[in-house]
Amino acid sequence: MRSDSTSHSPPPPATAAAAPPLLSVRGLCRHFPIHGRGFGRKVIGTVRAVDDVSFDLHAGETLGLVGESGSGKTTTARCIMRAITPTSGEVIFHPRDGTAVDLARLPEPALKPLRPRMQMIFQDPFSSLNPRMTVGEIVGEPLVIHGLAKGDELDARVDDILRKVGLKPEHRTSYPHAFSGGQRQRIGIARALIMRPSLIVADEAVSALDVSVQAQVLNLLKDLQAEFQLTYLFVAHNLDVVRHFCDRVAVMYAGRIVELAPTARMFERPLHPYTKALLAAVPWPDPEVKMKFDVPGEIADPSRLPPGCAFHPRCKECYAPCLRHRPELRDATGDGRFAACHRHDPAHASGVEN
Amino acid sequence: MTASESVPRPSPSSRQDDFVLEVTDLRTYFDTDDGVLPAVDGVTFSIKRGQTLALVGESGCGKSVTSHSLLRLIQRPGRIVGGKILLHSARAGEIDIAQLKENSRQLFQVRGGLISMIFQEPMTALSPVHTIGDQVTEAIFLHQKVSVAEARRLAIEMLGKVGLSAPEQRFSQYPHEISGGMRQRVVIAMALVCRPELLIADEPTTALDVTIQAQILSLIKTLQREIGCSVLLITHDLGVVAQTADEVAVMYLGRIVEHGPVRELLKNPRHPYTQGLLQSIPALNRGTRLASIPGMVPALTAIPPGCPFHPRCPHAQTGRCDHGGAPPLRPIAPGRDVACLRAEEIAGVAGEVASASGK
Repeated sequence: MRSDSTSHSPPPPATAAAAPPLLSVRGLCRHFPIHGRGFGRKVIGTVRAVDDVSFDLHAGETLGLVGESGSGKTTTARCIMRAITPTSGEVIFHPRDGTAVDLARLPEPALKPLRPRMQMIFQDPFSSLNPRMTVGEIVGEPLVIHGLAKGDELDARVDDILRKVGLKPEHRTSYPHAFSGGQRQRIGIARALIMRPSLIVADEAVSALDVSVQAQVLNLLKDLQAEFQLTYLFVAHNLDVVRHFCDRVAVMYAGRIVELAPTARMFERPLHPYTKALLAAVPWPDPEVKMKFDVPGEIADPSRLPPGCAFHPRCKECYAPCLRHRPELRDATGDGRFAACHRHDPAHASGVEN
Repeated sequence: MTASESVPRPSPSSRQDDFVLEVTDLRTYFDTDDGVLPAVDGVTFSIKRGQTLALVGESGCGKSVTSHSLLRLIQRPGRIVGGKILLHSARAGEIDIAQLKENSRQLFQVRGGLISMIFQEPMTALSPVHTIGDQVTEAIFLHQKVSVAEARRLAIEMLGKVGLSAPEQRFSQYPHEISGGMRQRVVIAMALVCRPELLIADEPTTALDVTIQAQILSLIKTLQREIGCSVLLITHDLGVVAQTADEVAVMYLGRIVEHGPVRELLKNPRHPYTQGLLQSIPALNRGTRLASIPGMVPALTAIPPGCPFHPRCPHAQTGRCDHGGAPPLRPIAPGRDVACLRAEEIAGVAGEVASASGK
């Protein structure tokens, strides 16, 4: 894993912090054209699945990316992994050896040597494992593809990683159907980790699991993060899991980040009205903490976004500027909390504070 | 069908000890190549009129098989091998659903008329080739003798009640033209249009986003109050339970292991499985590591002897919990039942665990 540091892009813009973030996403967009019916299938509209998303991911941290269906969180994660090519924007990746590459623009052959550094864990442990391959083949396949190990060395590395994720070397010859959901998710984790990546994108990695198994897998992910200095981009919709697991949280709505803040502060005092609504709607397992049932309306359609702030038709704090201008994500409090809301924008400070 | 027919419908204030459904020792088994699987093995519970009972548990615990058994929706290789499902209907008297003949008129009257069901996936519960109006009026025609115009009026009224904007226009739309949350509202309209006495909601919000989930849960609560029906809520989400149920029954391996009022059960769980389940939830667990239940749920073909939970239980005692039959569900406090031999002995220990994790 030495010869894979070729850079095909200009160096990234200088960042304020001494150590550059592991990943800098700047102005990331992914638009999907909508084709009409009939001859020529003319483009009649655009779905703005991801629209101008920017954030930094620091080495060793866990950033939660939350939002409801259609908010663009999975598309963002896939653009970063280059499973989808972004329409525009930059995804600057700084691996440990100090070079920087823009993943958004690299051609496919130049991407391959970088792939071991960034791995993905998927939601559904049933459809993400090939039923015709043994566990040993599934877990060892990345090493074979990249030509990094074979024979006894391959077996040894597979055994080693299986132990690390709480499985046994004997499991190497079994097929996925012999395992429960939680164990399958461990297989998926082993496959991601065998390449010793620095970045793990976990897309709803525990959403399909029962709560007691979910706790086991979350503990495992925490342990592995400490052992292998992993950085997680944790895509999830379960806010309870995110509060437990993430250092910082980015909330997405209609393709954009509307709030980004350290976890504890966001859950204590959310700034953006959408974050407030989202947190209030969570049914906490405590009968004394009453949930609010009155979030009106439905999630905005990313092909027909309302003008101004996309959340304004559902927003209780909406006022005149929200109908006309799209709010930018900006530092709202000076302490690392970002919100895209006119109520928290100094330029519109004439409005009511908070 | 004699005793309760003469009994007038009770007023909501005097519903003490008045049950709409009493299930006794229900057993639903599945015949497979690996042997007979006791998916539901001796389940006993009752639902008070107008109240919500939540049946909770993890995948494979038998909560959905229980709910399907109540409507006799179990298909081969599954079969109900024993037990009583007594429906105390204010309209049709007392019916033992377990004894009804397949395809009998009375069973059709129960399904959708006296007991309705809403499912997890609104798209699979709706026909893609019929309009919303057709599907809601079909439910009306099956159970009521009304004219086409009257059925249309009832359907539009119900669609409005479940919160669809412009119900007259929605009436002629197809399910694919509306969002997932709206589809679940249509399913609820179909289920409630015949004013059932019991609504079975099987994971009604699991496929929905959290803000839409809040809307749907609130809608079910409002209509429950308006129609006066009881709700059996099947869910794995203890948050939903805490916010909507009156009573909770926790299932493990086809049996109810704990039952009680929602507040007491969640604040002071008495069965080690319930305790483990609650401690696995991040919200109730302010440490860096989550407490989790060791091991995993055994297969139904290999249910351990004695207490089925003993191999995973931190309080299990050899020679006591690991042989004989499964411990019966027994009362330990007013309204509280636990299927644990050591419930009294471990009460103090459990209290400490709960307060430590609450910090």
